[in-house]
Amino acid sequence: MAGATLHGRLTWRVATVKAVVDETPRVRTLELEVPGWPGHVAGQHVDVRLTAEDGYRAERAYSLGSAPGEPPVITVERLEDGEVSPYLTREVRPGDAFEVRGPIGGYFVWRADDGGPLFLAAGGSGVVPMRAILRHRRNSMSMVKVRLLYSSRTIEDVIYREELDGEEVVHTLTRAQPPGWTGYARRVDTDLLREVAWSVGEGPLAFVCGPTSFVESVAAGLVELGYAPRRIKTERFGTTGR
Amino acid sequence: MSVVSRGFRGRRRDADADPARVPPGQFVTHDFPVLSAGTTPHTPLDKWTFSIENGGVRRTWTWKEFSALPTESVTVDIHCVTRWSKLDTTWEGVSVDTLLDEVEQDAGYVLAFCDGGYTTNLPLEDVTGGKAWVVYTYEGEPLDPEHGGPARLLVPHLYFWKSAKWVRGLRLLDEDEPGFWETYGYHMYGDPWREQRYTGD
Repeated sequence: MAGATLHGRLTWRVATVKAVVDETPRVRTLELEVPGWPGHVAGQHVDVRLTAEDGYRAERAYSLGSAPGEPPVITVERLEDGEVSPYLTREVRPGDAFEVRGPIGGYFVWRADDGGPLFLAAGGSGVVPMRAILRHRRNSMSMVKVRLLYSSRTIEDVIYREELDGEEVVHTLTRAQPPGWTGYARRVDTDLLREVAWSVGEGPLAFVCGPTSFVESVAAGLVELGYAPRRIKTERFGTTGR
Repeated sequence: MSVVSRGFRGRRRDADADPARVPPGQFVTHDFPVLSAGTTPHTPLDKWTFSIENGGVRRTWTWKEFSALPTESVTVDIHCVTRWSKLDTTWEGVSVDTLLDEVEQDAGYVLAFCDGGYTTNLPLEDVTGGKAWVVYTYEGEPLDPEHGGPARLLVPHLYFWKSAKWVRGLRLLDEDEPGFWETYGYHMYGDPWREQRYTGD
């Protein structure tokens, strides 16, 4: 169980940006090269530390978007009043370096052996750890059923759009929908979950990640549908500092 | 070892906050972010109890009894391991000293236990001597379930995961034993001023 537990001290390592991918106008993926990276489990995160020339430092945590066995990847959403995310989404280019330490977190994780069926619910950039889970499932040739419910404001805000086309994904677009949109167009509520989530009888395992309000309503809705609270793992974000 | 990140200047946006009150690696937020690993429990007050478990002995208060205990109002700074700090937060609740006065004990550690199965461990000396409370109001209002209501532990001198939400009791122990996050690699003690975020820090 504690396979993702950290033993000994987590050291800062130099991460070099190998490639950047603009996912949406506000979201960028950074593929990193980290010599000595110890490997990670799907769902874990990493601490990022930036250092200015005068020694000033800022640290933030970001979910890893790559599967175990793949180099670490982070996907960052720019918060205009943020300190770290504007740098990582605008300034950074291949060849630049900063520091990371990790992987961190052993609870919001999925290994192929953990089984399913998996119900993943993501709001906005909460899809990042879900991508790690989906990729891990594919790479390990797991037969576990998986479905992702993904809430975005508009179609332009959908992260990993092409990659997700190959998965079983139910989108809901809460703010605006393109012409001809036939999918969901509202915030996730219990009725929507009843239509989309695996039935309780299948013994599903749920992962929910997104802004606090999203996570609270999805988790409460799943409990209302009869999901066991211990089978619902959540990760919330909502701080101004990311 | 340190690497300068080309073009990074930083916003130094906490310039208005007293640096002596912000531990290393933290930034000041004016929101109140929510972090928890699972669903938010909603225990009705008529089913709620608070217990101190001491070996085979258990002292239990109902909500009615608990809310009749003398309270203290405290204004403190809180520090989350995810790097936000929030200054001058005001809480009201029962001092852990008041609760422990009712049991005879010589424990070295406590394990706080909660609705939903969450636990966290603390040395006894960090929850006694006016350092910890079981609080049920925040800024004068009943504590919101998202933030741990009806009642949470408040141990402001340690990282905030030690201030367990939805707390239902304290188990007195002779030996330290890791709680929930501590099992997953977070620090056994969690002093923000020494940046004890993870095992080995």
